[in-house]
Amino acid sequence: MLLIHCPYCEADLPELEFRHAGEAHVARPSNLADITDEQFEAFFFIRENRKGVVFERWRHLHGCGRFFNAARHSVSDKFIRTYKAGEPKPQLSEREIAAATPIGRGTPANEPIRLTGEGDGQ
Amino acid sequence: MQKFSALSLLREALRGHKGWGRQWDAPEPRTEYDVIIVGAGGHGLATAYYLAKEHGVTNVAVLEKGWLGGGNTGRNTTIIRSNYLYDESAGIYDHAVKLWEGLSREINYNVMYSPRGVMMLAHNVHDVQVFKRHIHANRLNGVDNEWLTPEQAKEFCPPLNISRSARYPVVGAALQRRGGTARHDAVAWGYARAASDRGVHIIQNCEVTGIDRGPDGAVSGVQTTRGPIRAKKIAVVVAGHTSVLMEMAGVRMPLESYPLQALVSEPVKPCFPCVVMSNTVHAYISQSDKGELVIGAGTDQYTSYSQTGGLHILTHTLDAICEMFPMFTRMKMLRTWGGIVDVTPDRSPILAKTPVKGLYVNCGWGTGGFKATPGSGHVFAHTIARDEPHAINAGFTLERFRTGRLIDEAAAAAVAH
Repeated sequence: MLLIHCPYCEADLPELEFRHAGEAHVARPSNLADITDEQFEAFFFIRENRKGVVFERWRHLHGCGRFFNAARHSVSDKFIRTYKAGEPKPQLSEREIAAATPIGRGTPANEPIRLTGEGDGQ
Repeated sequence: MQKFSALSLLREALRGHKGWGRQWDAPEPRTEYDVIIVGAGGHGLATAYYLAKEHGVTNVAVLEKGWLGGGNTGRNTTIIRSNYLYDESAGIYDHAVKLWEGLSREINYNVMYSPRGVMMLAHNVHDVQVFKRHIHANRLNGVDNEWLTPEQAKEFCPPLNISRSARYPVVGAALQRRGGTARHDAVAWGYARAASDRGVHIIQNCEVTGIDRGPDGAVSGVQTTRGPIRAKKIAVVVAGHTSVLMEMAGVRMPLESYPLQALVSEPVKPCFPCVVMSNTVHAYISQSDKGELVIGAGTDQYTSYSQTGGLHILTHTLDAICEMFPMFTRMKMLRTWGGIVDVTPDRSPILAKTPVKGLYVNCGWGTGGFKATPGSGHVFAHTIARDEPHAINAGFTLERFRTGRLIDEAAAAAVAH
């Protein structure tokens, strides 16, 4: 079970209090009726689903009830940081990312680990 | 290929089983193939086998980053059924069941397909309505599925608790008698052996690190940890890592990957005659031929590639198992594990061509792909060989998320399935 820091309650709390709410920073178009099918698909269905650092929404459902965002590593499941809704996507330092990156998990099923969208991770 | 028969078993028994050779070859990769299949799980190997058998395409490589059948093929709970609501789903899953029925004989490898019946429990009025709707829809599609009263359900599965005082009483059940289980490893091994026999190269420990595209945009080959390999057709069959692989070709997918867990108990004597599933309390259970209870839990709520999940997901499932089958309350659990499943927005798979010429994708099976293995491989091989979908997978396109022609089993089942 994950331990999640709610940026509003300012406390580390068990995952059971929270609901995952999907990829963060997906902007809902304000002109939904006018956009093309391709644009709607990209907004509504297409997801990054990255192996590495992901930005995602959480809701502190059984607590303050508020939505917030988190940066997490999707292989180690370690949170890099959580931040309030509406704040811009944070620039993460190499050190922060390295601290969340799993080490010594060299089984074929787990390698390689992609840190960013660039390159092939080798 | 050495043929398995009573006679060959007897002969080997008499000489200490020293004559069994390799079941599939381990060749060095060539520099070029007609078709490269990425991922040597059940679906990828089945695709290779049917490419060779049905379409005469034998210059095929199946590339596997780990070991054959070591991903979700070896991690699932081996349940087979085809009682899906929509016509497209019934088409592909029942196509698979029909192939399961003759598979051991066809590939001369015992996949231990056991049509012991899959019973899905109804616990409330909504379940009853949904299951009866499924039963009627299934009947129209020629898929067997029947309604059972609680008493009939208990007769079919004696360990079931049908007491009215249960936390979630059983008020009925839908039974598909042709549903059941098969030996998951044997499916991968059997298809690997049969494909290798027809000339397919199965290359393990060979991870794809890039997909090359020519000036016209079409795929031209892959980069791997064992060097570049050229091919004009590349099929991605990598389950949880589909988004990662497809990004190498510049295709963004409507997928999210979640951990899905399962667990087995200590082995005991035969005590559980069928497969029982409950969507409402989220548990499913069967007994393997080794005697272990095989129990499927749910997905974690967050996307992940960790191949592990939260303990509370397992305890939640075990709570439900103990409530439905009180005789298992003192059973010890032996092992738990997780796999990464790729889930589409409508919970139906994608078996299709992609916007990139020569690139094909078979993904999105979510939490229930094992049951479809033979049917998926069969129609996907057709799609690759003919460069157009088989009638059975014509609806399972990537474009449906643009056109809106979803196959919305997510809404039909109200849970992942």
